Amino acid sequence: MTTMVATAPAERAAATRRRGARFRPGNIGVGIAAWVAALAFFFPVLWMFLTGFKQESQASTDPPTIFFTPTLDQFRSIFARDFAPYLINSLTASVMSTIFVIMLATPAAYALSVAKVGRWRDALFFFLSTRMMPAVASILPLYILATNIGMLDNITMLSLVYTAMNLPIAVWMIRSFLAELPREVLEAARIDGASLGTEMRRIILPMIAPGLAATALICMIFAWNEFFFAVSLTSTRAATVPVFLVGFITSEGLFWARLSAASTMAALPVILAGWVAQKWLVRGLSLGAVK
Amino acid sequence: MATVTFDQASRFYPGSDVPAVDRLDLDIGDGEFLVLVGPSGCGKSTTLRMLAGLEDVDEGAIHIGDRDVTNLPPRERDIAMVFQSYALYPHMTVAQNMGFALEMAKVPKEERSARVLEAARILDLEPYLDRRPKALSGGQRQRVAMGRAIVRQPKVFLMDEPLSNLDAKLRVSTRSQIAALQKRLGVTTVYVTHDQVEAMTMGDRVAVLKDGVLQQCDTPLALYKKPANNFVAGFIGSPSMNIREFKVANGHARIGELDVPLSRDELGVLAREGSDSVLLGFRPESVDLVGAGEGFPVVVRLVEELGADAYLYGSIVGTEDAEAADIVTRVDPARTPRIGETVYLRVRPGQEHAFSPQTGERLG
Ligand SMILES: Nc1ncnc2c1ncn2[C@@H]1O[C@H](COP(=O)(O)OP(=O)(O)O)[C@@H](O)[C@H]1O
Ligand SMILES: [Mg+2]
Repeated sequence: MTTMVATAPAERAAATRRRGARFRPGNIGVGIAAWVAALAFFFPVLWMFLTGFKQESQASTDPPTIFFTPTLDQFRSIFARDFAPYLINSLTASVMSTIFVIMLATPAAYALSVAKVGRWRDALFFFLSTRMMPAVASILPLYILATNIGMLDNITMLSLVYTAMNLPIAVWMIRSFLAELPREVLEAARIDGASLGTEMRRIILPMIAPGLAATALICMIFAWNEFFFAVSLTSTRAATVPVFLVGFITSEGLFWARLSAASTMAALPVILAGWVAQKWLVRGLSLGAVK
Repeated sequence: MATVTFDQASRFYPGSDVPAVDRLDLDIGDGEFLVLVGPSGCGKSTTLRMLAGLEDVDEGAIHIGDRDVTNLPPRERDIAMVFQSYALYPHMTVAQNMGFALEMAKVPKEERSARVLEAARILDLEPYLDRRPKALSGGQRQRVAMGRAIVRQPKVFLMDEPLSNLDAKLRVSTRSQIAALQKRLGVTTVYVTHDQVEAMTMGDRVAVLKDGVLQQCDTPLALYKKPANNFVAGFIGSPSMNIREFKVANGHARIGELDVPLSRDELGVLAREGSDSVLLGFRPESVDLVGAGEGFPVVVRLVEELGADAYLYGSIVGTEDAEAADIVTRVDPARTPRIGETVYLRVRPGQEHAFSPQTGERLG
């Protein structure tokens, strides 16, 4: 609660609303359920974060160790193992693929929602259907292709694969943002003399910018966290952070604390990006819902 | 500035075999203010959008001046449009909104800002030039939409119900401002509305549409005095004209206990059609209260007092069909009859309108 003396009318109205909400038993139930669900999702992340600051001996005790003196030992040992190249590879692949995806998906989405080319419904479903194939099914052809063109263990190759992987989602998302644009605004631009390119640059892009940001962020996260293609198509030069993380499991047995510390560092850029883009993300993802 | 011509122009929306606009013929003069009016869904917006190039013309042609624009994209037609929703660019300031078209036309920056400033001055928008549309009231947004159109100095203005999102009072004042502005600029204007009062007060000529078909296009006064059919007669004027079917005998239409003479021409058409009745219309303001025996008797059911006017709702005595008996008339607000009273009414000679009961067309 904010104040004891509610003076401004808006504040009073808000207080009344708050009180009204508190007395409805259904709302309490929903509220509790939401918090339980949120905590259940957040708890493993918190546990990972905490474990990263433990000694290896404290990390896998039964019962779990709750009180401990935090240490940066694990983080030090990770940087001792040359973490930086993996980070750079991950960054390159995520950023490059996301740029490609947005550049390709925006015109595609325009064709499918504003221009409504013939059989646009079929095209849209085709995009989605490419995601129905399990990634495993495509790995062999991809591997052979990469070998033949000499792009195995190559970060550009991985970026292209991620572009293909994220393109359908991006087309779907951007399409839904475009579909929400008031048609008459675009028509006004056409009457005002805007060519297709100008309409895109000067009218459409600024209006869907929050949606594009949300789409880009999601593509970035998917690419950042992707493991299967990375482990299959790279070995030493182009390996990404998830591949690095796996190194802790396979080579020296299981090291919970160090794995947690590495995972925390891997998740950090994503969390930071999400936090910075939070306002846009919420606006973008609910672009259609609120007018 | 230019004339606008619709030549048998039709529009079929995909998946529909009924035309939304059906073989429209319309000649709009240079500098004329033409209003397209009709009930919702009659094809007004479609007509306007065909002229704008936002809808295909499936049959026929459209000319602006002597240029055939039928297949030209909107940006090559040199028109400006005001949308019902205003369709302002939400991410641009008022000045950028108004200047956008000039920017597209590559007008130099100084001239652009001069013209935007001039339009803002005309429309009282100077204090808001740096605001975004979101921070404007409905009336201000409407003026920005107007401003965006007038800075362009186009050949034709197109306006699709530009006042329908304003409150009643603002609508009336903006109505006269738009009409005055159009006269001053002298730009040919096609204005769409569903409101017949707006149409009558603003238009040099008014085109009445119904189901995609043009019913009549004429001056407001001519529409009022000589409606071409019973639809136009009922649509123009408020309250609506009373239009009822009455029996015809001995060259007279029989209203209750009163015989109203029909002209030779009117009787001739009825005879050719083989009709023994006629659709007779008279406006609420064309009726006088008279003494007993001089008119047809009406039982008063309701009296509406509006201050300057009063309207009497009643039923004609001696008509079998109860619905056909209901009529509305204007009466002197100083001497309104009581409810339940029987009064005698007479239609002023020459102010009745006769239509064919079969086609609805005006007789003579
Ligand atoms: N995009 C469209 N697709 C199919 N039918 C439409 C479309 N737009 C309008 N119509 C139909 O065409 C007719 C005329 O519509 P419209 O011109 O918008 O009418 P008005 O502006 O006079 O209310 C209506 O019956 C409407 O349902
Ligand atoms: Mg309309």
